[in-house]
Amino acid sequence: MIIGIPAEIHPGEKRVAASPEIVVKLIAAGFEVVVESGAGANASINDDVFKEAGASIAKDAAGAWSADLVIKVRPPEFNGDLGQHEIELMSEGAHLISFLWPAQNEDLLKQFAARKVTALAMDSIPRISRAQKLDALSSMANIGGYRAVIEAANHFGRFFSGQITAAGKVDPAKVLVIGAGVAGLAAIGAAKSLGAIVRAFDTRPEVKDQILSMDAEFLELDFEEDGTGEGGYAKVMSKEFIEAEMALFARQAYEVDVIITTALIPGKPAPKLITNGMVKTMRAGSVIVDLAAEQGGNCEATVPGEIVDSHGVHVVGYTDLPSRLATQSSQLYGTNVYNLIMEMNPEKDGNIVVDMEDEVIRGATVVKQGEITWPPPQIAVGAERKPSFGGQAIKPEAEQAKAPEEATGLSKIGQYLKSAWFPVIVAGLALFGLGQVAPPSFMAHFTVFVLSCFIGYMVIWNVSPSLHTPLMSVTNAISSIIVLGALTQISSSSSLIYILSGIALFITCINIVGGFSVTQRMLQMFKG
Amino acid sequence: MSPSLITVSYLGAAALFILALGGLSTNDTARRGNLFGIIGMIIAVVVTIAAFVTQHHEVLIGIMIVGGVIGFVLSRRVQMTQMPELVAILHSLVGLAAVLIGFANFMDPTIQYTGVEKTIHEIEVYIGIAIGALTFTGSVIAYGKLSGMIGGQPMLLPARHWLNLAMFIGVMVIAVEFVGTVDHDRAVLLLLAMTVIALLFGIHMVAAIGGADMPVVISMLNSYSGWAAAATGFMLSNDLLIVTGALVGSSGAILSYIMCRAMNRHFISVIAGGFGTSGGSSAGASIEGEVQTIDIPAMADLLNGAKEIMVVPGYGMATAQAQHAIAEITKTLINKGINVRFGIHPVAGRMPGHMNVLLAEAKVPYDIVFEMDEINDDFPDIDVSIVVGANDTVNPLAQEDADSPIAGMPVLEVWKGKTTVVLKRGMAAGYAGVDNPLFVKENTRMLFGDAKQTLDALAQAI
Repeated sequence: MIIGIPAEIHPGEKRVAASPEIVVKLIAAGFEVVVESGAGANASINDDVFKEAGASIAKDAAGAWSADLVIKVRPPEFNGDLGQHEIELMSEGAHLISFLWPAQNEDLLKQFAARKVTALAMDSIPRISRAQKLDALSSMANIGGYRAVIEAANHFGRFFSGQITAAGKVDPAKVLVIGAGVAGLAAIGAAKSLGAIVRAFDTRPEVKDQILSMDAEFLELDFEEDGTGEGGYAKVMSKEFIEAEMALFARQAYEVDVIITTALIPGKPAPKLITNGMVKTMRAGSVIVDLAAEQGGNCEATVPGEIVDSHGVHVVGYTDLPSRLATQSSQLYGTNVYNLIMEMNPEKDGNIVVDMEDEVIRGATVVKQGEITWPPPQIAVGAERKPSFGGQAIKPEAEQAKAPEEATGLSKIGQYLKSAWFPVIVAGLALFGLGQVAPPSFMAHFTVFVLSCFIGYMVIWNVSPSLHTPLMSVTNAISSIIVLGALTQISSSSSLIYILSGIALFITCINIVGGFSVTQRMLQMFKG
Repeated sequence: MSPSLITVSYLGAAALFILALGGLSTNDTARRGNLFGIIGMIIAVVVTIAAFVTQHHEVLIGIMIVGGVIGFVLSRRVQMTQMPELVAILHSLVGLAAVLIGFANFMDPTIQYTGVEKTIHEIEVYIGIAIGALTFTGSVIAYGKLSGMIGGQPMLLPARHWLNLAMFIGVMVIAVEFVGTVDHDRAVLLLLAMTVIALLFGIHMVAAIGGADMPVVISMLNSYSGWAAAATGFMLSNDLLIVTGALVGSSGAILSYIMCRAMNRHFISVIAGGFGTSGGSSAGASIEGEVQTIDIPAMADLLNGAKEIMVVPGYGMATAQAQHAIAEITKTLINKGINVRFGIHPVAGRMPGHMNVLLAEAKVPYDIVFEMDEINDDFPDIDVSIVVGANDTVNPLAQEDADSPIAGMPVLEVWKGKTTVVLKRGMAAGYAGVDNPLFVKENTRMLFGDAKQTLDALAQAI
């Protein structure tokens, strides 16, 4: 099967759907790869590198688009130079893997259907654990978060890190990250490693630990409401919550130098979290990077795709942050696409099978051989991620079992038997019985025995657990004190007793010397 | 030699033995403690020879020298990974000695008791021989299992519990017959019959216990060898034997208790045997998910990029003899300023403290080796946990699935760290026969292969 990698024609798009490393892997999996000339130029990958990786280079777009499987970053669009829509370049029955945003692009789906194309949307892959390695949205969000910090640093007039120099003290920049999803966490990490003081806010309490684990401060509202929605995204919050939240942001805007917003709610315009009023209170020279610009922006001053100066504050509304780190994006996106292709290539024979029984493939497939299959049937995402807790199911049963036990007299006796006093009483009676019949000489030995057990108990609990093996070998050695039994009898006139004692003496001597000597050897190693 | 002098010598020996065990509370005092033990033993043996031995001196010295040399050679030749086998076989010798001494004592015509004293003495002989015989065969089977001569799988006879019960009743019935038998020859026959049953009982008991319960078995046999010595002490009216036997017996009992607690199992159920073959039908325990593998260069990068590393060794490290490779990696990483620590589960390995001995042998500094209870709370701060040949001791099912056979067993919570790398030969389930969901967790990577080869390659790569 031939895989085609055309150049991206969307203005400003610098990524390419696969890096040379991915091409090598695809060829190893039995595919042929055709790359359009210049496809990787904007991501600093020239044709020669693709050629070295084993791909053949097509002179024009048509050469790559006519492949059996086309992989791409942006959805297909009208190609002004050729005067043709990219879909028209595809052969009938071919496959396409790309970001497609089916909810916004219904016309595109119809065009695929008309062309009898099977289309898989990288953005529609279900967010379940098994599909994490295919999750291009997370890969891109990660890059976006990192790049957002780089953009902020670029437009910010000061250091991010605090320094004490001969020319005086420099305070560290304070960065507020709103929304701690993949992008937000990446932004926290990048800002931290530049040396800034980082605070983060999220409506989902479950991400608190993640924020703290990145050494950032978690801003908390004095307000209880869980903002966790489906598939790990956030949901719309109540009016009271939003008011409390806005008050928090207003206070923070007054204080921080950089705000990075990443708040998105699926299927809804981005919530407006930073008002013009808040922007006004920020110090001149501060930076806001709005990662939600494409969905309208979290900041009222945001202009999608541009940098604007609002009251002396730089508001960055770029919608193509991953594309601005094109080499990295191409590599990660390519890996996600490769993993998807390998999911469909179970035989590793260079052919793909679109298996609609597989929930990952089902979710990604938006058009199959001319038939629109989007949206996919709902799958329970929440259940997949939470481990079922056996303990919870068991609990009620245990309580039930307890109830009938209370009343009856028999079970009361049972309870006495189980109580700590029972063994003490039995031991007391046994000792009393023994005292009745045993001669004094035995009782003397018995006293020694019982007291020795207590001494042993006290001494052994103090032994360091790391020395348990030497403990066993040394107790083994001293238990050979049984040799005294052999020694006291070896001088017997009876030859049978003499022989038995002799053998006993022989084996205990092995034990004494062996036990002590191996203990010494081990303890020598513990010298440290 | 006057009786008082003998008593005083024995008292001194007993005190020295207690000091020997007490010395093991810290690494610094442990070697001095062992020396105390040796001195105590020399005093006891020399005084006894001087006081009781009247003839056969040359033979006696000869036997002692030959036995001592054999013991010394054994102790120098043994590999640290074979320590459980050595301890097991040494236990069997104590058991056998108790049996022989018991018979010798019973046949000695010079010992004459009457009335209650006679009955008590007979019971003492009987118990001493019974425990000795049981310890002897039990230890031999344990040795066979540990050294691989006998398969590690539990041998489960049908109706094994009834068999055990029948043997126990047999021993009791013979005991009733034996006590008070006037005919000496018949008494010896009864004693022999009981010894045979006790020997069979020892075989059956240990054969039914599987490989990973060995820490409990070894501790238990350790305890039995002590009780055998104590019973012999009663028989000979020798307080030094009683004291020493009681010390060893309680030591082994405590170790058994610690091991059982570390597996959240009752002593009785371990001894009853057959763990992991019955009652292991947990409905919700099947593991779904995909294993993610990692290769050596990637693993090396991961380690070099980490700040906090925790190594969790298990029996697999011992079988692969991988402790030296681990120590080398640890040294390299520590020199790079990475904080490497070891987390040891109490039942890791085949005997209590097994992992500590191996790590000490490989010269891993003991101040970075921690017990489970000391470090379990630190896992959230760990960047990379390396699990070497451990399985059940790091199984999250113990906490998550109340139906699991290992439910409630304390485990090392490696999955709470950022990344876990599991070194393993293949995907086989652990000894308990339980799948391990750790292997399919999102932050777990598997590195398949022989632990030693993998770690040697890794030591090169970092």
